[in-house]
Amino acid sequence: MSLNRRLFIGTAAAMTAGLAAPWVRAQTKPRVVVIGGGPGGGTVARYLAKDAGDALDITLVEANPIYTTCFFSNLYIGGFWDFENLQHGYDKIAAGGVTVINDMAMGVDRAAKTVTLAGGQVLPYDRLVLSPGIDFKDGSVPGWSADQHAEIMPHAYKAGPQTQLLKKQVEEMREGGLFCMVAPPNPYRCPPGPYERISMVAHVLKTRNPTAKILVLDPKDKYSKQALFEEGWQKHYSGMVEWLGPDMGGGVVEVRPDTMEVVVDGEVTKVDVCNVIPGQMAGKIAQIAQVTDDNGWAPVMPDSMKSKLDENVFVLGDASAQGDMPKSGFAANSQAKIVAMTIRGELTGSKVFPAKYTNTCWSLIAPEDGVKVGASYEPTPEKIASVTSFVSNTGEDAALRKATYEESLGWYAGITTDIFG
Amino acid sequence: MRKAVSRIWTAFAILAAGALAAPASAELIGDAQRGATLFERQCKACHQIGEGAINRVGPQLNRIFGRRAATGADFTYSKSMARMGADGLTWTLETLDVYIENPKALVSGTRMNYRGMADDQSRSDLLAFLRTLSDNPQNIPEAEPTARMTDHDLDPAILSIKGDPEYGEYLSSECVTCHQPDGTDQGIPAITMWPEEDFVIAMHAYKRKFRPHPVMQMMASRLSDEEIAALAAYFATLGQ
Repeated sequence: MSLNRRLFIGTAAAMTAGLAAPWVRAQTKPRVVVIGGGPGGGTVARYLAKDAGDALDITLVEANPIYTTCFFSNLYIGGFWDFENLQHGYDKIAAGGVTVINDMAMGVDRAAKTVTLAGGQVLPYDRLVLSPGIDFKDGSVPGWSADQHAEIMPHAYKAGPQTQLLKKQVEEMREGGLFCMVAPPNPYRCPPGPYERISMVAHVLKTRNPTAKILVLDPKDKYSKQALFEEGWQKHYSGMVEWLGPDMGGGVVEVRPDTMEVVVDGEVTKVDVCNVIPGQMAGKIAQIAQVTDDNGWAPVMPDSMKSKLDENVFVLGDASAQGDMPKSGFAANSQAKIVAMTIRGELTGSKVFPAKYTNTCWSLIAPEDGVKVGASYEPTPEKIASVTSFVSNTGEDAALRKATYEESLGWYAGITTDIFG
Repeated sequence: MRKAVSRIWTAFAILAAGALAAPASAELIGDAQRGATLFERQCKACHQIGEGAINRVGPQLNRIFGRRAATGADFTYSKSMARMGADGLTWTLETLDVYIENPKALVSGTRMNYRGMADDQSRSDLLAFLRTLSDNPQNIPEAEPTARMTDHDLDPAILSIKGDPEYGEYLSSECVTCHQPDGTDQGIPAITMWPEEDFVIAMHAYKRKFRPHPVMQMMASRLSDEEIAALAAYFATLGQ
């Protein structure tokens, strides 16, 4: 395949050299604009360029020149991963034939089929791909807003400086202090993420500050991999973690960033570090483009990730409302391949195969104690539906847990290569 | 095992059969005496078995039945075998049979430099011999490992399917989220440049749950025979 394409590009270049400047040809190509350069958007752009780069004009719009993955950012907090290793540039995606623009998309005119960037540039499109991730719902946690309080009580749920801030706060917490997490309501990015984070914070505290405590305030009565996390916390961090579900007041929480207090069901508790992970919705550009529903997520067709509100717009990853798949980097990467195939089919006439999706999420509980959960999915008329699934078992031996952890390292290398080249 | 050499009834089996009114007979694995001869000829250069057996080029094989792969004492196993052991591969009649038939089809990176034993009866005989040197309760069909064998051979029709590498390339996008297309082997095995037949056998071993890894069982479970052939065709050439 790659040989053929190289041959084709060589021939095309030789032809155009004698006939016309390449940009004249380029203008006639169908245009695909991708907004958001994470696991969803990055993968769509790279796959389109890889498979149809000579037939399509592909632009990727991403505000950050360097992307910091949310997956594995908990391992950075735990001291198992370097911050630099979370970061990925776009040079290989660009080298593959994608025009990468580091700017913020501010407007979408679906009637005119254009995207306006903060810098003023207007990008026309034939197909628009929105993969903007999440934004936080204001007022989800009374007393806290992302704009005003994230420097005091970090969310650290979009990886980057926030993650570094939370890690620093945990490491510098006073001896015997209290770490509090306000866990998010469903649906949210990375279902096991808050609980893997608790594990990583517990690991740091066990090593540096063993009399410290952890309090988790949760509006949900159950959560992903719960039995595995509970077993792990008991085994590795006995007596350190207290989890309060909704029947213990975990769902009625107010925070007071100025005084570092948390009010649980009317009772005031002084905390030393507070990680507020608020309720979530689709990233802002999806709201601006008006492809979201009353819940703040973008409903999509299960067989293509195409917006239910606009046949020229695709929404994937965390921002989409598709059915059973969790909001994860793996899921976004899986959906991206269906999006790329569908767009390629529509714009170049290439073959479109039936959609299949997959997800696997690894979590680290303690050094070399890794667990995983996964499922395969297929579209039904109503939604993307789970077909088969598996989850690690409690009581697994150390060798299997170590192998699972090592597998997650392999997966990180694999998926980041698949997204960023 | 396709050809039953003979049948035995144990007291245990009769009791079970009495309760269930079902034929709880156990097939003998094979001819252990002939198996001993086969071991002398084909295995002994690397493996010891019996009283005083020690690790040589390969691990000693006493009590191999019921043992988790790569857990024999004081032996350094290949990374691939260690991974299969960690995933949960345990040596039973079935898994040993699959392994001896084509070692690399079950454990891709095994250091066992043995092309495999194609003949079903010979494998059965060899296994019958190995079984006599495992001290789990013998000849009790309900005991683990079971004394019965099932046919694991792939239908030749499946092996003869000619895979479409272009379809394989499309399907491969599911694989390369974890397995790197450049053949990097880090925590997750490389799957490029395998002989197509080995790839097909390995995937069907996941599909039929001989190979223990849950993600791979899930992935393989929804791949059709044609899709597995297509993936084999695509990955066989990738990286060349």
